[in-house]
Amino acid sequence: MALQSLDIIRRSATTTPSPRQRRTQEVAKLIDVSKCIGCKACQAACMEWNDTRDKIGTNHGVLDNPMDLTENSWTVMRYSEVETSRGLEWLIRKDGCMHCAKPGCLMACPAPGAIVQYSNGIVDFQEENCIGCGYCITGCPFNIPRLSKKDSKVYKCTLCSDRVAVGLEPACAKTCPTGAIVFGAKEDVMRHAQGRVADLKSRGFASAGIYYPKGVDGTHVFYVLQHADTPGIYSGLPKDPSISGMVSIWKGVLKPVASFALALGAFGAFFHYVIKGPNEVSKENEKEFEDEK
Amino acid sequence: MKNDPEKLLRYTPSERANHWLTAITFILLALTGLSLFHPFFYPLTLLFGGGVWTRIIHPFFGILMVISFAIMSVHFRQLNTMTPADWQWMRHLRELANGDERNMPESGKFNGGQKLLFRLLVLCMALLFLSGIVIWRAYFSFLFPVWAVRLSAVVHAAAATLIIGLIIFHIYMAIWVRESMDAMLYGRVRRAWAKQHHPAWFRQVISGDK
Repeated sequence: MALQSLDIIRRSATTTPSPRQRRTQEVAKLIDVSKCIGCKACQAACMEWNDTRDKIGTNHGVLDNPMDLTENSWTVMRYSEVETSRGLEWLIRKDGCMHCAKPGCLMACPAPGAIVQYSNGIVDFQEENCIGCGYCITGCPFNIPRLSKKDSKVYKCTLCSDRVAVGLEPACAKTCPTGAIVFGAKEDVMRHAQGRVADLKSRGFASAGIYYPKGVDGTHVFYVLQHADTPGIYSGLPKDPSISGMVSIWKGVLKPVASFALALGAFGAFFHYVIKGPNEVSKENEKEFEDEK
Repeated sequence: MKNDPEKLLRYTPSERANHWLTAITFILLALTGLSLFHPFFYPLTLLFGGGVWTRIIHPFFGILMVISFAIMSVHFRQLNTMTPADWQWMRHLRELANGDERNMPESGKFNGGQKLLFRLLVLCMALLFLSGIVIWRAYFSFLFPVWAVRLSAVVHAAAATLIIGLIIFHIYMAIWVRESMDAMLYGRVRRAWAKQHHPAWFRQVISGDK
């Protein structure tokens, strides 16, 4: 293993186990929505570090810019104005890959090694193995991967796996001026998040909580939300995300069952031939048309 | 002689060409499709220039097959309507598989099994075409909501499994029933073969309206 922090524990389209001998420390990134001021420094830092430049777009009359994730914008700030029990609230959510413990993208991917999960929890796309089918987009419960029109490969947040591998924090966490983005060992980050929730509750946000969806076995990016009971108000954050039943059937049951059934059919036909013999023209019919041969 | 005019014409040259175009594109589709279906088959992508090329060409093969099959199915559709006699024929399948043909009802140009296969193929082809469009990420997927893409992925895989199974069966029948491959390769069959396997069709051809 070249870098211990990048040991791979799960690999797309691979049926044999990945190295499991060692376990590195799981990492996590907390996005504390209650502390975010929407300055977009994280967006800029992401582009800076990863050397991506999006096209200059047009102003849509709102702060969101760009309007959606793209192959060049791996994180975007989503702004929403919502009426809650506390009056008008301006909710700002930094959107991007959640780095699921059970990643739908990886499950759906047909190209061996195009999506990997490191033992530290980061889910990473290996573009050189990507075939551009877009199945990861179909598999993702959060609508994150984006297919590039330039090279037909998919891109998304890497959680700065290159930085993390050498002991640095992701570019967004490094740059955040309010400390809304916190990166570290998953346990520590979770404890910090719990502290933040307690603080919010003490200040009147009764339904404050951590967004850590169990449907995907938890994530390595989580949010502290002021209104954790209604994640939808944060620009459509899904309430109980999980890998779609359709994707589970397609990539879970159907693959082995269909392959086995087809193999059975082919062998069945062969053995029928060997056991019962071919179906030939009967002797009587042959005799009747003897002149024919 | 393969093209002996004494033999009975079963498939015209254009019918044969149409069938084999469908067959060749089907094989290419099965190989490229399986390679993206289960990692076990992924090495098949090497036959097509790698994973990216496999992903690119699979749907284009699909378009070609659908067009070819559509022409064939329109052409043969009247010969493939199931009659009560065909359902009767289907009831004797077990005997037939055991090599006992004494009680088989007489079949015309196509027997009940062939007709049923034809109808199932039409169904699978339609499902594959429609779901294939939806999951064709390069040109169409962005037009559909994600639930439709997910559903189509399942439909596409299930219909493909069924059709590959049907074609394995179809190919085996062509091998099992001796000389039937001659009909599709060279167009003509021996009279003895015709009387044996398709007696009603045999009488119809012999009685003059070739």
